[in-house]
Amino acid sequence: MALLEVRNVTKQFGGLTALNDVSFAVEPGEIRGLIGPNGAGKSTMFKTIAGFYTPTHGDILYDGTNIAGSKAYANAARGVVRTFQETTLFQEMSVSENVLVGCHLRARSGVFSALLGLDRDKRRDAEARTEEVLEFMGLGARRHQLAKELPLGSQRALAIAVALAATPKLLLMDEPFAGMNPEETQHMMELTRKVRGSGVTIILVEHDMRAVMGLCEYITVLNFGSVLAQGTPAEVRSNDRVIEAYLGGA
Amino acid sequence: MKPARLAVPALFALAVFMVALPFGLKLHQQDFMISLLVWVLVVSSYRLMALTGEYSLVHVVLMGAGAYSSALLAKLAGFSVWLAMPCGALVAAGLAAVLSFPLFRMSGFYFLIGSFAAGEAIRLSWTYFTVPFGGPKGIKLIPSPELTLPGLGPIAFYEPIPYYYLTLIVVGISLFVLYRLENSRVGLTMNAIHWRAPLAESVGVDTWRYRALAFVIASFFAGLAGALFCHYYGTANPVQFDVAAMVYVLIWVIVGGVSRFSGPIVGVVVLSVLNELFREAEQWRPLIYGCILIAVMLYLPDGLIGLPARIRDWIEARRGVAALPAGAEEPADFSSSKRH
Ligand SMILES: Nc1ncnc2c1ncn2[C@@H]1O[C@H](COP(=O)(O)OP(=O)(O)OP(=O)(O)O)[C@@H](O)[C@H]1O
Ligand SMILES: [Mg+2]
Repeated sequence: MALLEVRNVTKQFGGLTALNDVSFAVEPGEIRGLIGPNGAGKSTMFKTIAGFYTPTHGDILYDGTNIAGSKAYANAARGVVRTFQETTLFQEMSVSENVLVGCHLRARSGVFSALLGLDRDKRRDAEARTEEVLEFMGLGARRHQLAKELPLGSQRALAIAVALAATPKLLLMDEPFAGMNPEETQHMMELTRKVRGSGVTIILVEHDMRAVMGLCEYITVLNFGSVLAQGTPAEVRSNDRVIEAYLGGA
Repeated sequence: MKPARLAVPALFALAVFMVALPFGLKLHQQDFMISLLVWVLVVSSYRLMALTGEYSLVHVVLMGAGAYSSALLAKLAGFSVWLAMPCGALVAAGLAAVLSFPLFRMSGFYFLIGSFAAGEAIRLSWTYFTVPFGGPKGIKLIPSPELTLPGLGPIAFYEPIPYYYLTLIVVGISLFVLYRLENSRVGLTMNAIHWRAPLAESVGVDTWRYRALAFVIASFFAGLAGALFCHYYGTANPVQFDVAAMVYVLIWVIVGGVSRFSGPIVGVVVLSVLNELFREAEQWRPLIYGCILIAVMLYLPDGLIGLPARIRDWIEARRGVAALPAGAEEPADFSSSKRH
């Protein structure tokens, strides 16, 4: 069974239709590419899946349940976690504090147990998870730095570390390679594969076509809010309508 | 780190000082100390609220709600003052819980105005309903607590020195609780909401719940402060908790600096002590406060508690300039993290 099934989703902002009757399904263990020209509706699709927007019409089935319109924090608890297109971090907090916040779901406790220190086991668990994630993302050496002091590539890595700390089952990555140099992109591609290897299903929105073609088994193309094409990288690359959409948009 | 090693002896010295203090003071100064301690609790609880990034204008009214409820419970319902005071705090917390529903649908400027409107509505109800709130004159002759110690006889809590110690203990414990909360996992989450609510939401934080939680807890301690206040001064009226009092709280918090736990406390202590030293200049108070506020906002974005770091940086920068005449480095960025 598909892990995620988007069924006839439409999202309107006033008169503007950002998503128009979009349907696609993602199998567990996939790295799915979601591409399309600027303004095609990719980020809107992510926000709608993650619960930041309620779709105007349509269903979003995650693991068999309809999560359309459910809140973002509740979806995170189900395992649906998104990253943000613009670098979004707790800028004034240290690297490890950023990841500790990401551990919220495993570490949250009531006010009284926090006051009395009864949440110690949970805090230890969160700290252990933080170390694990920082090592995984290669940020161990920077754990005491403030997030805002990191170079861009590390900030991007940290954003993914925060998401991973929440132990997602479905990770929605919105342009993780934007602004990275080729080496950083190469490194992040390795990491993305490693994340998938640890059992996380990934949907990747990305303009860097080499990264998308290299990572994804299957690609969904959006254009003006509708699904334009779906297929393997080779199929998508040779699809006339896709070529036209990209060239027409350029 | 050095500050951490110094913290315990410094706190101990402060405690000894606070315990010895009233014996060196005149009667009106002892009165002043009680009210200062109460306002310390008000500004510190306000900071917990501000930790999630929302500034409300209802805090002092909820302090008043604590005062009114505690006074009425003690006077009309015959509660012991010892029970009435925590109940007053609970009423303030309960009001905040109810207000959370409309208020936290808003944020930023709208939240500010919404909280102001809610506060005025509560305050006007005190003026309007003579029964039980006493109308514009408020409630008078509020009883003080009674306690008889075996062997020592009854303690005169209507006298300043015993009440000062009661206030010191209650405020001390409350500050400890607030401090621990801020440095707990819950405080970390509240701070995260302040910086990037959507990111917190994306990793599973119910931001509405945490904002409401901060508001309810802050209001509990504001209500407790109000109860402490009214059982000493014996009165509770709408003017005590009006928007002017709220503005002073804001000024204390901002002048002291919101980035650290100690900031608002430093703010209220420094400004109130200055005010007490220049009592003749009472009518100039709004003007002087206004000038101090503007000066701090212009030159000390971190508030008074940012002053030592500023001076240190300034000295280091001068030394640096002297040592390396050419290409001396810029002084470090002062904007510090919100939690310490
Ligand atoms: N909150 C909003 N209110 C109104 N219109 C919106 C909103 N969010 C997105 N849109 C519009 O919806 C359309 C799709 O935007 P979206 O951000 O999803 O595009 P995208 O595919 O992510 O583009 P890009 O590649 O540039 O990131 C755009 O026309 C955008 O202006
Ligand atoms: Mg986008």
